[in-house]
Amino acid sequence: MIDKFVPNIQEAMAGIQDGATILLAGFKAGTPERLVKGLIEQGARNLTLVCNAGGGDDGPIAELLATEHVAKIVCSFVRPASVAARLYAQGKLELEIVPQGTLAERIRAAGAGVRGFYTPTAADTVLADGRETRVIDGKLCLLEYPIHGDVALIDAWQADRWGNLTHRESARNFNPIMAMAAKLAIVQTNHVVNLGDIPPEHVHTAGVFVQRVLHVPL
Amino acid sequence: MADTEFKPLDRLGIARRIAQDIPEGWFVNLGIGIPTTVSDFVPAEREVIFHAENGVIGIGPAPAEADINPWLVNAGVQPITLRTGGAYVHHADSFAIARGGHLDLCVLGAFEVAENGDIANWARSPSEPVKQVGGAMDLAVGAKRLWVAMEHNTKGSGESRIRRTCSYPLTAKGVVLRVYTDLAVLDVTPDGFAVRDMIPGLTFEALQARTDAPLRRG
Repeated sequence: MIDKFVPNIQEAMAGIQDGATILLAGFKAGTPERLVKGLIEQGARNLTLVCNAGGGDDGPIAELLATEHVAKIVCSFVRPASVAARLYAQGKLELEIVPQGTLAERIRAAGAGVRGFYTPTAADTVLADGRETRVIDGKLCLLEYPIHGDVALIDAWQADRWGNLTHRESARNFNPIMAMAAKLAIVQTNHVVNLGDIPPEHVHTAGVFVQRVLHVPL
Repeated sequence: MADTEFKPLDRLGIARRIAQDIPEGWFVNLGIGIPTTVSDFVPAEREVIFHAENGVIGIGPAPAEADINPWLVNAGVQPITLRTGGAYVHHADSFAIARGGHLDLCVLGAFEVAENGDIANWARSPSEPVKQVGGAMDLAVGAKRLWVAMEHNTKGSGESRIRRTCSYPLTAKGVVLRVYTDLAVLDVTPDGFAVRDMIPGLTFEALQARTDAPLRRG
């Protein structure tokens, strides 16, 4: 019997290595906050964190950064008043800024086995300095590579024991593509449902992309 | 002096002016700041579909306090509603919408716009620790039309944001079609800025005096 549920946060986070690349889903909504706490408790260091934004002064991302578990962050923007901005200014955090659509597509590409792609996004900007470009259909385009995760931290509304997931409203965001792009996708779900309870047409993230599920009730 | 006989639009006034020009049936992304409020001025009976980068298609009016749903936010992570007919997609699909030419219009805020349509809206210098790229670079190259909403001059020194060339790092080159400011509506043409509209009481000469780039009467 396939059963991806784990009984507690320790088992959910077991085996994450120092130096791992962590894909952290969420756009405020859909952030797996219990798993981020679990990552801090688990203690892996020197992590590369891939997420939409660098967080604020408090909240799960700020706490993960403030406790110095993260060596590098890859994200689309950093707020002026944030732990990330201060650590970066102090030289304690490496920062790679990636346009949000390019970030999403690099993650999707990793999950899809695409080894690279050309996009017009940022091709005319300082973010393209020193990088490979080519003109396609008369438009300058920039070569982008996939972003693979060792681990993805995923939020779901419902999950069954095969790891099929639904995500509520705009909490879907990066969750399906980050689950696909990591070797180990760890899910926190608000609700546990029986196999077959999610109508097959309504599965947002198929269980084949999920390795572990932890029930975190609301 | 005639110079004082006009009243610049406030930020909501700029948004209201933009809303007048969006026809029924368009699929539109609104950036953070002034653009976000444009949808408030499009009457519900004029069916315009608004997109948010975090995967929302069909943003409705802001919810009452009691109806706030933490799973449903816009790209500025403010609570929103979904109108009947709306849909959710994941982040890579949401930026396929942006980059893939599916948006009739994107309205962004900016620091500066140049007469060749260049836009600068993410940093005041390349070395600035605050790097707020977000989804602007993807939207700027992908939407069928890009309009900008911003104040005509900077708050402190009153410098023109409508420029011969941008002084800040670019978001994209040659993409802006129209600029809505607190003083005027300007079209970007192969011959530079053409004045499409001015607020009541403002003369062309007074507008030109506040503008770095040369203007043409539209």
